[in-house]
Amino acid sequence: MVQVAGVIDEDREVDGLGEEELLAIYRSMILLRTYDERSLVYHRQGRIGTYAIFWNHEAMQAGSVHALSDDDWIFPSYRESAIGLLRGMPPATVLHWWRGHPAGWWNPADYNVASICVPIATHVPHAAGLAWGKKLKGERACAIAYFGDGATSEGSFHEGANFAAVMQAPLILFCNNNQWAISTPLSAQTRTESLADKAVGYGMPGVRVDGGDVLAVYEATREAVERARAGDGPSFIEAVTYRAAPHATADDPRAYIDLERVEQEKKNECVGRYERYLRRLSVLTDELEAAIKAEATEAMRQGIAAAEAEPEPDPALVFENAYVNPPPGFRDG
Amino acid sequence: MAERLLVEAVNDALHVELARDDSVMVMGEDVGRAGGVFRATAGLLERFGADRCVDTPLAEAGILGTAVGLCMAGWRPVCEMQYDAFSYPCLDQLITHVGRYHWRTGGQMDFPITLRMPYGGGVRAPELHDDSPETYYVHTPGIKVAIPSTPADAKGLLASAIRDPDPVVVLEPKLIYRTERGEVPEGEHLVPLGKARIAREGDDVTLVAYGAMVPLCLRAADELDASCEVVDVRTLKPLDEETLLASAAKTGRVVIVQEAPRVAGFGAEIAAVLAEKAMLDLRGPVLRVTGFDVPYPYWKLEDAYMPSVERIGTAVRRLLEF
Repeated sequence: MVQVAGVIDEDREVDGLGEEELLAIYRSMILLRTYDERSLVYHRQGRIGTYAIFWNHEAMQAGSVHALSDDDWIFPSYRESAIGLLRGMPPATVLHWWRGHPAGWWNPADYNVASICVPIATHVPHAAGLAWGKKLKGERACAIAYFGDGATSEGSFHEGANFAAVMQAPLILFCNNNQWAISTPLSAQTRTESLADKAVGYGMPGVRVDGGDVLAVYEATREAVERARAGDGPSFIEAVTYRAAPHATADDPRAYIDLERVEQEKKNECVGRYERYLRRLSVLTDELEAAIKAEATEAMRQGIAAAEAEPEPDPALVFENAYVNPPPGFRDG
Repeated sequence: MAERLLVEAVNDALHVELARDDSVMVMGEDVGRAGGVFRATAGLLERFGADRCVDTPLAEAGILGTAVGLCMAGWRPVCEMQYDAFSYPCLDQLITHVGRYHWRTGGQMDFPITLRMPYGGGVRAPELHDDSPETYYVHTPGIKVAIPSTPADAKGLLASAIRDPDPVVVLEPKLIYRTERGEVPEGEHLVPLGKARIAREGDDVTLVAYGAMVPLCLRAADELDASCEVVDVRTLKPLDEETLLASAAKTGRVVIVQEAPRVAGFGAEIAAVLAEKAMLDLRGPVLRVTGFDVPYPYWKLEDAYMPSVERIGTAVRRLLEF
């Protein structure tokens, strides 16, 4: 296991990231943060259903996506439900998904973003297959699969990781280790010292990075992408953070979590850390911050308006798309 | 036309479809160097290369799971599960993703996966080499299921499955892999999904079966005094109700023969269709000759489990006396 050096707390600069790129990453983080915070409000207002909160996961998502090209494929878990926004997906589409409306369906090829995977880790083999399939076709694209710490206990994680390694598929396994799988702590999930250690067993490099340091995440992912493109196969990134919010809107973590630790983590949450860095570098000003946040808030305002303007789905849609060529009788009930 | 064994017809279909479509690839355990433990994939590695006939790690969920991603990359994977009961780890992928992904994309992306495997008992094999898992597959929305009983159908149904835009499971009756020999058309040959076959015409009783139970029913029909019609279901989904109902209307008596355990087996589905749509044509109850609600036994006992000519005869006589 290799610990990736920190960036933002050390005021280090990252090769190839100028002011424009730093602000693009910031915009992405703010868009995700705004999506998440507004979603919690919408849930409380009854405007979306159960919602999996990703507050304080924005650095992991934005940092890694910015290290990809648009032709690289993203395989999100439900914790990355809004990651498509970073590929131009309208907020309304993701809101539809959480509103249980079929307008939340999308074609993965439109954004190179696979459907949100609800069961744990079963999308890891999909990402391995996509990456392997692209390699077989001589295309340059790679894939990234996002999953949590609990997912590393699943058989699908193992089979996907091993397949990718054997096929030397251009895949990045991105573990957002927030140290909790609902109420189960990491210590009940594994006996390894770090999840990145698991990479050794697959014959791929494993690195550990501060998941709250967006630029360290960017650097770690960029290195994994370079390896993948060079034909050197998959990599495992363990991004370490702490879940500072409930698992989902249906969860009350007070029953199990260390509330003092949560308060500490909230004070050191990833967006604020990056803002302080950008300010020290004089890249971010009050005006710019306000403008970027206003832009994100407006995008969400328009998104929820569009989602709520969508007519209720026609009940006939129950029978749409179950098959390309449906068998006779599939409507019988 | 050439005479081929059923397993040779499977192999022929794979050769023809891989030659016809560059996006078709075969993947599974021991399918390459060994040509499959039953030799169903023999010669593919040599002819099409290691990229299109892939010896995978020993990981059934990984095989079907990566096939989902391969579809996204533009491939048309044909996955082999080495044996029926070895396919159970892949049911997770089948149920949670393969049957749903097209739907989940609003119909905008296809997942034309073929999942084929030898299935069924009677081959004197160790535990878990003998199962008839068709119900698990056919019960899953989004999945089609075909089961051939002749060499020509083994080729034609597999080719149709590979070309079908939906995921299709093809269960190949291993008991008759090397006992059924028949004429198989050369080159491209398709048998449409959703068309049953009258394997034998008769007037008194309809025997409904698929896979290795079809030749068993034909033997029973030879030996019984009654005139038996044998319907080979061929595809469980889409199900050809028309052929079933026409035969039920003709004979008025139906015995369904399945080697899978009885409870909620596919025979129950056929019986329900007949109850709903053929009640007035029937002169007696729909009877089932099936496996039992027990684990498939060790092979010294398997003859006591498998449907037999005797058990079919008993059911037919009971029905005729009704």
